Amino acid sequence: MSAGPRRHLLSTADLSAEDAMLILDTAAEFARLADRPIKKLPTLRGRTVVNLFYEDSTRTRISFETAAKRLSADVINFSAKGSSVSKGESLKDTALTLEAMGADAVVVRHWASGGAHRLAHAGWIRSAVVNAGDGTHEHPTQALLDAYTLRARLGGLEGRRVTVVGDVLHSRVARSNVRLLATLGAEVTLVAPPTLMPFGVEGWPCSSSYALDPVLPKSDAVMMLRVQRERMDQAFFPTEREYSRRYGMHADRMAQLPEHAVVMHPGPMNRGLEISAEVADSARSTVTEQVANGVSVRMAVLYLLLGGSEPAIGTEDEGERR
Amino acid sequence: MTDVTVPTAAENAASGLRAPAPMRAVLDAAAVQRALTRIAHEILERTQGADDAVLLGIPTRGAHLAARLARQIAEVEGRTLPHGTLDVTMYRDDLRLRPARTLGHTEIPDGGVDGKLVVLVDDVLFSGRTIRAALDALADLGRPRAVQLAVLVDRGHRELPIRADYVGKNLPTAQRETVQVRLAEIDREDAVLLGTKPEREAGR
Amino acid sequence: MTNWTIKGASPLGGPARDLYVREGRIAEAPAPDATVIDAAGLIALPGLVDLHTHLREPGREDAETVLSGSRAAAAGGFTAVHAMANTDPVADTAGVVEQVWRLGREAGYCDVQPVGAVTVGIAGERLAELGAMAESAARVRIFSDDGHCVSDAALMRRALEYVKAFGGVVAQHAQEPRLTEGAQMNEGELSDVLGLRGWPAVAEEAIIARDVLLAAHTGSRLHVCHLSTAGSVEIVRWAKSKGYPVTAEVTPHHLLLTEDLVRGYDPVYKVNPPLRSKDDVEAVRAGLADGAIDVVATDHAPHPVEAKDCEWAVAAMGMLGLETALSVVQQTMVATGLLDWAGVADRMSVRAARIGQLEEHGRPLEVGEPANLTLLDPAAARVIEPASLHSRSRNTPFAGLELPGAVHATLLRGTATVLDGKVVDR
Repeated sequence: MSAGPRRHLLSTADLSAEDAMLILDTAAEFARLADRPIKKLPTLRGRTVVNLFYEDSTRTRISFETAAKRLSADVINFSAKGSSVSKGESLKDTALTLEAMGADAVVVRHWASGGAHRLAHAGWIRSAVVNAGDGTHEHPTQALLDAYTLRARLGGLEGRRVTVVGDVLHSRVARSNVRLLATLGAEVTLVAPPTLMPFGVEGWPCSSSYALDPVLPKSDAVMMLRVQRERMDQAFFPTEREYSRRYGMHADRMAQLPEHAVVMHPGPMNRGLEISAEVADSARSTVTEQVANGVSVRMAVLYLLLGGSEPAIGTEDEGERR
Repeated sequence: MTDVTVPTAAENAASGLRAPAPMRAVLDAAAVQRALTRIAHEILERTQGADDAVLLGIPTRGAHLAARLARQIAEVEGRTLPHGTLDVTMYRDDLRLRPARTLGHTEIPDGGVDGKLVVLVDDVLFSGRTIRAALDALADLGRPRAVQLAVLVDRGHRELPIRADYVGKNLPTAQRETVQVRLAEIDREDAVLLGTKPEREAGR
Repeated sequence: MTNWTIKGASPLGGPARDLYVREGRIAEAPAPDATVIDAAGLIALPGLVDLHTHLREPGREDAETVLSGSRAAAAGGFTAVHAMANTDPVADTAGVVEQVWRLGREAGYCDVQPVGAVTVGIAGERLAELGAMAESAARVRIFSDDGHCVSDAALMRRALEYVKAFGGVVAQHAQEPRLTEGAQMNEGELSDVLGLRGWPAVAEEAIIARDVLLAAHTGSRLHVCHLSTAGSVEIVRWAKSKGYPVTAEVTPHHLLLTEDLVRGYDPVYKVNPPLRSKDDVEAVRAGLADGAIDVVATDHAPHPVEAKDCEWAVAAMGMLGLETALSVVQQTMVATGLLDWAGVADRMSVRAARIGQLEEHGRPLEVGEPANLTLLDPAAARVIEPASLHSRSRNTPFAGLELPGAVHATLLRGTATVLDGKVVDR
């Protein structure tokens, strides 16, 4: 158990530009490990990182697991499937169990918005909490790896124009990205049908548009969000065909982008719905880079939260309440 | 060159504990240069031409020193030794005693370190813990034929069985003194300065 | 029965005088054996009446019982409470309402007046036996599916028509269900930031608009529960200007708290309807001040610890209210100059008793009237400590807040249920 003050990474809104750049720069150093014969560092030896997943996400879990293991931490995977969590054990009781096991950090994916926040601040545990996606709220490490990928591809973020397209209303990836990219000086434009645009989007640090085509020639990067097919049944849009026609990224639209522009997707993709196979497999697509960068960024987050006597990033602990 | 003198208790008292005694130059720019030239020659001598030597500097100042040594050797031999940097932050044994810090840069020259004679370069040799971390970091990068150590200043007070193969200047010091190496690349001058920690920070 | 001489109280905040209680009624002169209450500096109010209380018994006695809830009510200065119907079993038959009514009488801390369900099992499908409940010993007059909205317009129309037969009133929980599926908090900029599904104001206002028109059309009495938005105030104000038979209530928490509290995802702030914006808070205060809103009703909703010590999305909705209502009204309405103490008596007792048709409550503090009264020390201030509440539950959103005013004594027909600020054990 770390002795010093404890911090968490719950939202990109909590990251200053300096914090975010520190994470990206640290990740850049970790990225170089990939070329070495031994990809492991002894830094977090003896520390325990728990991956607590209330929602299936093999990709995110493996990414965090790899990151923790490359830093020599002990990793415990605690998944809702096949454990007492699925039998109705409360988040609180699970948290108390993890506390008793001496977890130094809990990486939590939760279907409820605020799940990570609650785990961090309800006074149940003393570990650092890393939000690996909570409901329709935030997914800060995804935004960090997107920012890392953009910086690597575009040479920087200041003044770069990033267009985020799709189901913004239900997307934690969009929420985290808008805040982080704004903090890092990029200009974000959200594109969605009005039904999938957040109610109070005017107050967000970005601009918005209901049409994709006019935005494309001015975009340095386009981030396509995954569309849940069940949204159609909830009348957010009439048909998949209409959605794809108005908001999908396909070859014709890709041709309207500037030469240097990239197309991103957080995965998993619905090929043929929000992104065509041709685009997904093109040289502009950063999809596989995003996955690789995810490990480096998550190593950086774990190192900066757990590596020293006190964390270098994240939100101050609010202390135990009531 | 000035001789090393430890300030007397009276001098300390006179300077007042609030403001530490000003740092005193024990090596000036010319002396730093002479020391590096000597180390460069010693490396060539002791490694019989340094055919398979790789210079790895420990960030921040050790990295600049390694680059300078490589340049000096090139002037003598007409050939540039492979040189790079080795960040040891993640291998330090005091990571958890201090706030998480920014990583330095590790840059291994083409050809790697396997089977090579690696000369680690650092500015000051003190407890030996940095070098211990460097040896661990090195082991994760490959298997050198041998490892040697070059330092600009050896100030004593070793806490581990580590010694330098090449020393620019042996500088006997008291625990509560501080040694600061300044290099033109980042500090706008070459010098080695000696100072005294204020009583409170001396860790007594 | 103890007789009382209440020395130097200010009735409704007016000039100080002595009040005499004899044989449970306010009397002309002191009884020779009267016990003296030093009431200098205290305000005398008619005993408070709550139109909206969840006592949880039968079914969730771990959260509250009629006994614990009515002790909490007495501590808060109430002499009558209306027990909502969403118990388990639901209060949709004469048997259940009579049981609750009897438990209230046995507890003896305040008059517990059951509210009957509008539909069987509050399922919104067919009318419960409203007449049987009206004619039972409990004399039910208010009917409500509270917790659920009678969203079917035809069913709501029939309920409004049917209760005319016995002078009943339908109290509507106004929430359009399709517009609030999975709703977690007020819909607005903050709900987007927090990623919590929005509960839009229009979902409340659309139902209120429909219902006031139905009330006008049927000529029957509608009461709007826990109205929470500026738009709702406007609609009710308009309906009253038309002379429609409509009344409305607002909760203490909607008078004081805003949605900003949701930022920390602490479910103690999760409530239905949700905490709204600052503008809404100002509008409901103004509506209460000008009479567009008739009464303050607590919507006291006890929940066991585990129902709140969890993720926001799975937490139960609701807040405690009985023991803090008067203090919140003092802070939000009296200290701001929006209401005087006579106004407080009107909104927390007189009008509530009239809507609930409780003949012995909400009466003037005059000779011959039943001695249901509350003595308040308006100069006191207290920090709300959940552990010191009389409710069996702890889910107060006011924990740690300093609020003005403390109930010094509560008399129920001359019997002290609270004395010297302490609930009297019976």
